[in-house]
Amino acid sequence: MSEGKRVRWELTLLAYLAAGVMFFPIFWMFLTGFKSEGDAIAIPPKLLFTPTLESIREALTRSDYARHFLNSIISALGSTALALLLAIPAAYSMAFYPTKRTNGTLLWMISTKMMPPVGVIIPVYLIFRDLRWLDNIWALTLMYAVMNLPVVVWTLYAYFREIPHEIMEAARVDGAGTSQELMRVLLPVSGPAVASAALLSIILAWNEAFWSLNLTSAQASPLSVYVASFKTAEGLFWAKMSAASMIAIFPVMVMGWLAQRQLVRGLTFGAIK
Amino acid sequence: MTRALAKPRSRPNQPSTLWLLGPAMLVLIVWTQIPFLLTIYHSFRRFDLLNPERQGYVGIGNFVSLLTDTIFWTSIGNTLVLVGAVLVVTIVLGLFLALLFYQDFPGRALARTLVISPFFVMPVVSALIWKNMLMHPVYGLFAWIAQSLGQKPVDWLATYPMQSIVAMVSWQWTPFALLLILTGLQSLSKEQLEAAKMDGASPWQEFRYIIVPHLAQTLSVVVMLETIFLLTIFAEIYASTSGGPGLATTTLPYLIYLKAFAEYRIGVAAAGAVFAVILANIVAVFVLRLIGRNLQTAKGGMA
Repeated sequence: MSEGKRVRWELTLLAYLAAGVMFFPIFWMFLTGFKSEGDAIAIPPKLLFTPTLESIREALTRSDYARHFLNSIISALGSTALALLLAIPAAYSMAFYPTKRTNGTLLWMISTKMMPPVGVIIPVYLIFRDLRWLDNIWALTLMYAVMNLPVVVWTLYAYFREIPHEIMEAARVDGAGTSQELMRVLLPVSGPAVASAALLSIILAWNEAFWSLNLTSAQASPLSVYVASFKTAEGLFWAKMSAASMIAIFPVMVMGWLAQRQLVRGLTFGAIK
Repeated sequence: MTRALAKPRSRPNQPSTLWLLGPAMLVLIVWTQIPFLLTIYHSFRRFDLLNPERQGYVGIGNFVSLLTDTIFWTSIGNTLVLVGAVLVVTIVLGLFLALLFYQDFPGRALARTLVISPFFVMPVVSALIWKNMLMHPVYGLFAWIAQSLGQKPVDWLATYPMQSIVAMVSWQWTPFALLLILTGLQSLSKEQLEAAKMDGASPWQEFRYIIVPHLAQTLSVVVMLETIFLLTIFAEIYASTSGGPGLATTTLPYLIYLKAFAEYRIGVAAAGAVFAVILANIVAVFVLRLIGRNLQTAKGGMA
């Protein structure tokens, strides 16, 4: 084996080792989700055990878990749909019909994302209280839509800009109006763009915890709040906690795996391509 | 140059951008600018949710009571330590991992997917995994490892609270740094590296004189965006230490939360929020300048 080959081999090993270390806490949680409560806190930790689906079944069949799961789905999908509805026309107009204010508008939009949520939590809380929107899943959904709107606009804008203008012009010459141009021409060719913007928005909304902890309680709380309730759980319910967490993070982790590349674009507002 | 695009295109049937852009703008203004103005308004008023009738203009009273409270300075210090330490750890580790994963090796896609996974874990869940399953002084994995090595187990979150939070948050954010740096590396031309190798550059020289300068822009983006995100860390602290023990892990966002929702002192919390926004703005100015420059060059390239 040549020197170069050996070094390469060692680097590969190191990369796998790093992957193992970074992934270990997640792996450990998955494992614990399949243990009985006794096995979960056994010392020394058990690598070999009789797997049980008890905790997972319990999480899935508990009515409040189902409700929180549903709340997560409503708020993540609902807010994404709403954000797309607002962002698609906005990104379309900025990408295809820029004006001298477009750059400024784009920058202003991300600047709202740089504002820390604690900067506005108090008035938002008071407004929600007065409107009786506290613990309302639709109000939280609206909040998430606004929270992700700048990211969605930017992701779409970055993609739309790369679509050749000729396609639009051809439709226009054929007499298509703006809405037809948008619906019939732009959307069919920008499926991947919309999908990746949506994926990014779903991930961010699903994992969000600041707004959900402060604006919801029993009825409207999504999984993030439910899982957080384990922090004060009496005794050690690690198997249940792990099972609940596992189901909570699994869908989004898969989406994250699929959206790695778009994620970089979306999260950096295109500053790194 | 941006000349070509800076001028509105005069085209037939140019749609009015107002109804396309308007709704998005309106929603953003209503949900971000107006509440912030209200935060400023509340920061000058006494407003106690427990005694709602006792309210009125107090001038800079809330700011004075906040600034003269040592808790505030502790929380600012904690915030800066947390952000600074996590930045150092994630960037050093992220850079190292990015260089590792820049190499081509069998199964790279899978290994990379595993490495970046922590980033997708709900922050609340990652706090619980670390707090209970890894750092628990009796049943945690670290305690067992310590014991097997003949050491006394450590109650991590009680003894080294800030260090533990830094470890936890770094675990979540290293993948972010890694992903960005790796993306930055991929735009480096392989020919340039090959050429340097031909000229007899050592790996260190390659790193120092080609890779680092190439990554300068990427690294600055990573630093600034991470700073923005890390300044607002909340869920991890809420779910693991609740700001304790004592005030050891109370950061500015957590302090504002405590003032508002545990002590119900809305005015003081609002004053704290104004500081949080100022702190974030200092960084945001740099981020926006960087992204704005990028926007211009990207557009110039197209035009």
